[in-house]
Amino acid sequence: MSIVAALSKVTKRYPGTVALDAVSLEFRAGEVHVLLGENGAGKSTLVSLLAGMQQPDEGAILVGGQTVRIDSPRRSMDLGIGAVFQRVLLVPSLTVIENLMLGGSWLRRLAREPALRRFGELAQLLGTHIDPDAPVSGLSLGEQQQVEIMRALWRDEKLLLLDEPTSMLTSHGVADLGRSMRRLRDQGVALILITHKLLEAFEFGDRISVLRLGCVAGEIAPQRLQAMSEAQRTETIIRMMFGIGVGGEGGPADGHEAELAILLGHKIHGPAIIDRARPPVLSVREASTAADYTETPLHEVSFDLWPGEVLGIAGVDGNGQKHLAEMLAGQRGVRSGLLRLGDADITHGHVPERRQRGVRYVTDDRLGEGTVGKFPVATNLVLKEVGASPWWRHGFTNWDLIHRHAREQIKSNDIRTPSELTPVNHLSGGNVQKVLLARELDAHAAVAILNKPTYGLDLHNQRLALDRIGAAAARGVALIVISTDLDELIEISDRIGVMFQGRLAGIVDNDDRAADIIRRLMTGAATV
Amino acid sequence: MQALLTESFLVSLLFGAVTAGLPLLLAGLGEQISEKAGVLNIGLEGMMLVGAYTGFVATYHTGSFWLGFLAGGAGGMSAALIVLLLCIRRGLNQIVIGISITLGAEGLTSLLHFVQFSRSYPRLAAAPVVVLPALGDIPILGKGLFSHSPLVYLTVILVATLTWVFRSTYFGLSLEAAGNTPAALDAAGVDVVRTRSCAVMCTGFLAGLGGAYMANVGAGIFVPFITSGAGVIGIVLAMLARGRPLMVMIGAALFGASLAMTTALQVAGIDIPTDVVQMLPFAVVMAVLVLFGRHSMLPPALGTPYVRGER
Repeated sequence: MSIVAALSKVTKRYPGTVALDAVSLEFRAGEVHVLLGENGAGKSTLVSLLAGMQQPDEGAILVGGQTVRIDSPRRSMDLGIGAVFQRVLLVPSLTVIENLMLGGSWLRRLAREPALRRFGELAQLLGTHIDPDAPVSGLSLGEQQQVEIMRALWRDEKLLLLDEPTSMLTSHGVADLGRSMRRLRDQGVALILITHKLLEAFEFGDRISVLRLGCVAGEIAPQRLQAMSEAQRTETIIRMMFGIGVGGEGGPADGHEAELAILLGHKIHGPAIIDRARPPVLSVREASTAADYTETPLHEVSFDLWPGEVLGIAGVDGNGQKHLAEMLAGQRGVRSGLLRLGDADITHGHVPERRQRGVRYVTDDRLGEGTVGKFPVATNLVLKEVGASPWWRHGFTNWDLIHRHAREQIKSNDIRTPSELTPVNHLSGGNVQKVLLARELDAHAAVAILNKPTYGLDLHNQRLALDRIGAAAARGVALIVISTDLDELIEISDRIGVMFQGRLAGIVDNDDRAADIIRRLMTGAATV
Repeated sequence: MQALLTESFLVSLLFGAVTAGLPLLLAGLGEQISEKAGVLNIGLEGMMLVGAYTGFVATYHTGSFWLGFLAGGAGGMSAALIVLLLCIRRGLNQIVIGISITLGAEGLTSLLHFVQFSRSYPRLAAAPVVVLPALGDIPILGKGLFSHSPLVYLTVILVATLTWVFRSTYFGLSLEAAGNTPAALDAAGVDVVRTRSCAVMCTGFLAGLGGAYMANVGAGIFVPFITSGAGVIGIVLAMLARGRPLMVMIGAALFGASLAMTTALQVAGIDIPTDVVQMLPFAVVMAVLVLFGRHSMLPPALGTPYVRGER
């Protein structure tokens, strides 16, 4: 198949890092080429080079066999490259067709008829049904993305870049996107799909290239990919993604093999033997919360939690999980019911009191509610103890102590940051989560509530977060893990509760039959 | 009360409303273009003042009102050039630069005027008036609305033209995108900096034109600080108009009428302390803000410089 575009030894440096290091890749017509890699592997930099947002420092970009200089998005389009970025780049106040007409010559009248004709062609090609006169703000994220794909193909572009296109889509949206990609591929378009999700790479990709730390760690050609079983693919790719040599290669790899085991998802926290004869550490009795506009309130939720236990909370998003987390953390008042922590009644205790008693909460809104982005890592690590000793004494800040504490935490939790003084919003999502987990799963934690602890993290950091949770449980911390990812809950929980319309529809022991029961509980079809 | 319904009062109120409202309308339309594109042009007052000065000097020396208007527009554009270079190209804070443009223009025009004319305030000849055929014969309305400088009629045409430009041209779409999601415009292959630069130069031209009309036609003389808050009212008008030129015109008429009330009441011989009457336009500003302030819809990217690739 003909090569539409190619990178030849392309290097791109940013202050302090090499984002791409002598990367060579070829993109062929009629093929979905998946670029797989962790956050920071250089995937997005590659997109911005091809889309004309950045220029390479060294090396050449070839389009149709010719070396080209892509110095603006316009030039990229002129070369037949269309791009769909991670963030939605549409003007919400304009209609679909107006968004697609953006970019015409200024002094001319809007040419609506030809635009509508082209819209019709592309809608047919992609298999979508969107009203061209609907304002973009009213479309679902999946529909907005289809519009972006239309824009990227508007001038019959031959190379389509999709940068993590599935990250915001529902499973329905992902299926639609997959269908559109296959149609385009069959039309001879070269597609570049960038993702960090293995399953997507297998499902949509004809050819998979793995990027690691700015280098191409390996490539699997179509014939080889088809010949492999899914388990083989997974292992091969994970080894490439994390630079783990195949056994024997590069000396003893015990540590690496252990990491590989973690990444491949071997059981982190086996069902612990929980002594339920002992009194529970947390008891919730018929707790309800008051309704507000957006979230489903809780209705008479009761459960007990023992030390060292992981209670998973499953359910379709928006069935009261947020209220449950906030009520337990003390951020939301209890309207009726009772909360006991050990021997103490904490029903009306606020955040400081509960925190002092050992209640910890990891929010799902890491950068909004969990951290203050501009503050350094060190301050964020003691954010919930501002004013309290030993960090503060008589109103004075003991910076030495805070910084020393931060350095220890950074070391023991493997937080990747230039220093403890780096603002936390300069860190990647995975490292921000490490900061939060370090702060909340500290030595004094008794009960920890974790809301979507792996949301938005790449594979490596997901595994690390789950690992931390398992380690905390082994120490005797009682954990409540709220997640929409059932597989993950089954992996780490002792018991799993299911939220449905603000009620706890049931709690099931995590055994072989759990998944089926939980799926039925999630839809409200059954009760326990 | 009957004095208010006399012909002389009504004519002077209408005529005054148009004369006082036109600079507001021109500046407000200009500001609207900038704001649509995401540039908050706080220096509007300064642009008007520079336009008033250059316009006056040009007409004073050549005797031509058209050259005065052109010079006013050019003066406003020269002030807008500062916004273009510092805020749009270099990404400096638009509010700080805007305030310094206004303060700088106040000082500079006063100084230049003093150097040229010392303490004398020469008066220009009356500006030519075009009485519209047929419409000019209507009692009261004819004299009040249809006997004005040709610039007034051109501005009304401009309102219609801008409405069309915003809605039905690629330039209009580009402006809207530059103010809402500049990254989307960039991704569509249109240079955001160029779009915003264009918008700001239009603003400078219209504000300067408004200033020149104010000095040459409205007052007939130039005095330092002649705009006395007109630019600020222009910004308010643009913010409340939700991107619709017609709303700027209605707002400008309202403020023009309240400004004209001072003279009109004197003509009618009604004895209200002038201080109270002069307060009127500003009381109206506040009342309008209280009533409609929450309805203003500003572009999300207003006031934020665009840097490619930054989140």
